[in-house]
Amino acid sequence: MSNKSFRQAINEALAQEMRRDPAVIVMGEDNAGGLGAPGEDDAWGGVLGVTKGLMPEFGRERVLDTPISESAFIGAAVGAAATGLRPVAELMFVDFMGVCFDQIFNQAGKFKYMFGGKAVTPLVVRTMFGAGFRAASQHSQCLYPIFTHIPGLKVVIPSSPYEAKGLMIQAIRDDDPVIFLEHKVMYDDEEEVPDEPYTIPFGEANLTREGGDVTIVAFGRMVQFSNQVADKLEKEGISCTVVDPRTTSPLDTDTILECVADTGRLVVVDEANPRCNMATDISALVAQEAFGALKAPIKMVTPPHTPVPFSPQLEDLYIPTPEKIEAAVRAVAGA
Amino acid sequence: MQLSREDLLKAYRDMRTIREFEDRVHDEFAKGGIPGFVHLYAGEEASGVGVCMNLDDRDKIASTHRGHGHCIAKGCDPKAMMKEIYGKRDGLCGGKGGSMHIADLSRGMMGANGIVGGGPPLVCGAALTAKTLKTGGVAVAFVGDGGSNQGTTLESYNLARVWNLPVVFVVEDNGYAETTASAWSVGGSQKKRAEAFGMPGTEVDGHDFFAVYDAARQAVEFARSGDGPSLLHVKLDRHYGHFEGDAMTYRAEGEVEKLRQDRDALKIFRTKVSEAKLLETGQLDEIDAEVKELIDQAVAESEAAPPPGEEDLLTDVYVSY
Ligand SMILES: Cc1ncc(C[n+]2csc(CCOP(=O)(O)OP(=O)(O)O)c2C)c(N)n1
Ligand SMILES: [Mg+2]
Repeated sequence: MSNKSFRQAINEALAQEMRRDPAVIVMGEDNAGGLGAPGEDDAWGGVLGVTKGLMPEFGRERVLDTPISESAFIGAAVGAAATGLRPVAELMFVDFMGVCFDQIFNQAGKFKYMFGGKAVTPLVVRTMFGAGFRAASQHSQCLYPIFTHIPGLKVVIPSSPYEAKGLMIQAIRDDDPVIFLEHKVMYDDEEEVPDEPYTIPFGEANLTREGGDVTIVAFGRMVQFSNQVADKLEKEGISCTVVDPRTTSPLDTDTILECVADTGRLVVVDEANPRCNMATDISALVAQEAFGALKAPIKMVTPPHTPVPFSPQLEDLYIPTPEKIEAAVRAVAGA
Repeated sequence: MQLSREDLLKAYRDMRTIREFEDRVHDEFAKGGIPGFVHLYAGEEASGVGVCMNLDDRDKIASTHRGHGHCIAKGCDPKAMMKEIYGKRDGLCGGKGGSMHIADLSRGMMGANGIVGGGPPLVCGAALTAKTLKTGGVAVAFVGDGGSNQGTTLESYNLARVWNLPVVFVVEDNGYAETTASAWSVGGSQKKRAEAFGMPGTEVDGHDFFAVYDAARQAVEFARSGDGPSLLHVKLDRHYGHFEGDAMTYRAEGEVEKLRQDRDALKIFRTKVSEAKLLETGQLDEIDAEVKELIDQAVAESEAAPPPGEEDLLTDVYVSY
């Protein structure tokens, strides 16, 4: 056990799985860096340093830098997965899914079904998401609802370094294609993370706070905000359960419904745009399955239905904040 | 060469404006005044200016993430650009776009682009408009060496050819895509890629304004006269990192110092025009001083300008909704 950043936790998961299984390879733009260049090799280790150190240990045969040809290399990762490797391909920012989505949703996501159950595609696509970096409309989106929409894909959103390591190892060992979404403002977050490999199963929500008054369901960075709110309101006598589903597909609907049955009040916090996102999905689930348990209308805390703005002042207004979550919790609690 | 004295003065002023703008953004970013991802065009001025000097108001360009230079070369207002980079309300895009999305459609500048390979298909569309409406316009896609490997770029080569569109693809090869050398990432040659798609490809020294200007003039005339697309492979250097904050450890020791010394587009321009007695050094120095003043003002005004507010958050998403 030692203190590790979100970045280190993912890096350690990749390194440990690469040591364990020679079929695991890593690929992406500048995942090592410096290829063909006169200076330092492994110059970047990915744009924010997550894969740094893998190439020196495993060589360029297993840590492949790619041209800027996402459709080709993400597709190659899909094809390699279907034929015996276990690739972890990096799509640098999730926003770039636009140039390679076919290979993910029409190919990887459908092989198993279309081929009558015979195909196995153990692929991981690692990708950065989320606002807060002043990175503007094409480098800040969440987009996980779009992957969640596709049958055949599994979708993982770790909310802390501990979660990231266990979920990444699970993702690599999982035989289905997995989209693994890393919130870009969380890379320097630190917490105690076991040194040895461990897995966290998909589809099992984690209760990061337990309380009887309000259920908050949140994803990724929003789990942290929700924890802050729960801790603050606890002191005022409003106790919250915070549910981190960890994966949007599969989704642990049982836990969500049990928590709502206990509290009768639900706030869903989702950094994705508000139409057809996880907040609407979970609200619909609860409205359908647990209507009778509800003591107040469900509240959703999301950004507005706009692209992510560049200006820091606008971006700060755009992102759900602890203040907005707190207001929603108070509203459903009637306090 | 058909350049008048005014043309030469304008070329120098535009290149100097780009250099001063980028050097200043570099400094202000380091001081913490500028948010977000910023990719600087310093060192590549002769390309943007050499190409855009051949364009007029009918013509469109699409840029890349490294877009400030293309904007200035196509006539965007440097002060409004600076305000945009600072994220201010009266920036060129209201503070909503920032460095990676600067655009001014009224100037035929269809935007910097956060998506590598985003521009070439758009330019095919702009060229289709020009062809369909018979405006006489041409459309230019600036693409990096890295962007030249994107499927959208290669598909656009073919589309522009088979639709016979008035397009010029300008591949600005600064030797790197992030940390990766173009010598590694580009299979085949840019020129032969162009030829394989049935269009002319020309290699150009991108440090030399005159070389770029001449090659671009031919390519633009080719497009304007209905002969279709062509490609320029412009070799040049970037003076700064991939983005601000890049330590550039993948570059050779002394590489940047040396290219700034030996292959600086502005120095080369100055030497050429003075030696040929086309312009006097004094005139160029005067431009330098004026440009410095302009950029000083741009920064001061940007710092003082008000940011957008809550009332701006929900606007501009749709024309009507
Ligand atoms: C589709 C897509 N893939 C990757 C990136 C990340 N990225 C931004 S710039 C860049 C390198 C571009 O290199 P090049 O085209 O040579 O342009 P240069 O930066 O050298 O001007 C990369 C990989 C992106 N913005 N969009
Ligand atoms: Mg380049």
